[in-house]
Amino acid sequence: MKTIVLFVAILASTLSFAQSPASNAPAANTVTIDNFVFGPMTLEVARGATVTWVNKDDIPHVVASTTGKFKSRAIDTDGTFTYTFAEPGTYEYYCSVHPKMTGKIVVK
Amino acid sequence: MEKESLIEQIQSEDGIDRRGFLKCMAWAGTATVCMLQGGVLKSFAAEDAHKIKMHKGDFTFVQISDSHIGFNKPANPDVTATLKHAIDKINALPVQPDFVLHTGDLSHLSNPDEFDTLDQSLKAMKTGQVFFVPGEHDVLNDNGAQYRERYGKNTKGDGWYSFDKNGVHFVGLVNVMNLKAGGLGSLGHDQLEWLEDDVHHLKPSTPIVVFAHIPLWTVYPDWGWGTDDSEQALGYLKRFGSVTVLNGHIHQVMQKVEGKVSFHTARSTAFPQPEPGKAAGPGPMKVPAEQLANMLGVTDVNFIRGNHSLAIVDSTLA
Repeated sequence: MKTIVLFVAILASTLSFAQSPASNAPAANTVTIDNFVFGPMTLEVARGATVTWVNKDDIPHVVASTTGKFKSRAIDTDGTFTYTFAEPGTYEYYCSVHPKMTGKIVVK
Repeated sequence: MEKESLIEQIQSEDGIDRRGFLKCMAWAGTATVCMLQGGVLKSFAAEDAHKIKMHKGDFTFVQISDSHIGFNKPANPDVTATLKHAIDKINALPVQPDFVLHTGDLSHLSNPDEFDTLDQSLKAMKTGQVFFVPGEHDVLNDNGAQYRERYGKNTKGDGWYSFDKNGVHFVGLVNVMNLKAGGLGSLGHDQLEWLEDDVHHLKPSTPIVVFAHIPLWTVYPDWGWGTDDSEQALGYLKRFGSVTVLNGHIHQVMQKVEGKVSFHTARSTAFPQPEPGKAAGPGPMKVPAEQLANMLGVTDVNFIRGNHSLAIVDSTLA
């Protein structure tokens, strides 16, 4: 009738901080989307930092500022979105297709 | 058959005059077949489908949902094949439905080629007419412009509309747009105002069928499975003797009866999602092939009819 591949779930660790100390500078400004959660939910970065969101879900998500300051297109599995925060402040955001998902970037 | 007589008895006791019954047949997981003779929800196992007796003025329709064309990961790398399987099942029904309702998430990423594939697949359906409402996956990146261009011509606002069929009033609602941070699905002020006006002129005896993507009742708010302002919408429908609400989004069968309102969610034609709270998140369930076939395709007899009572039936994850 139809061919369905039986997959064995092999979940590699995808935590962005699991890197050697010497090369962890870019990963420090990363938000990982996993199981419909932004992790970390609150991320502190320095002024001028570029934050990268990585989607580890099998479902697309959209990163959208609650004030409309920034909004990604749909981020598919393993896709990324980046935004550079030039000014200090607290930037709240959510997934505009799964609005229960919320997060915060605090720029010092 | 025993269940059928029970349902009719309950119905007559509540004193509401109806010109017949609404029979709802949930089968095979891939679709929900409803037979409308008036205002009562009935269910049949697939093998009982041939027992449905059609009378003059009766008609049937089918609900399918969450095709997610473009999804290609475990547990279903070929969602086009499973949609085709659902269509084959519909074509094989002993009574051909008058039309099909698709309750959203036609595509996975709102890509034009995904919509093209869906259109191509639906051409194989004997039933010519398909009515759509969008899921959140259909309105990505463009606030639903492409969706409305393809599937929402002659609709209002973000794509809502109503139509009448043999005395039954159907209302297609959109609750996947303009979602607020921390919230659930949303209908919004304009749509609610339109709905109030749309049903204003109808007699209370008119059976109402409302269909929308995200459940119009609170299934599980932690996963966003509900609609913030659905209560207001249902308020406009309170005076009607029979209201049936059909939703998708949660990729599993759930039913609830509250007063005169029957709620039903349909399975996906693409992949199953976990029962509320039984996984870390609401993402696709990765299941072995033989289980997938069941979760998209097993016969599911759903029978819910309470008299001012509330009942929820979880789908069997057999």
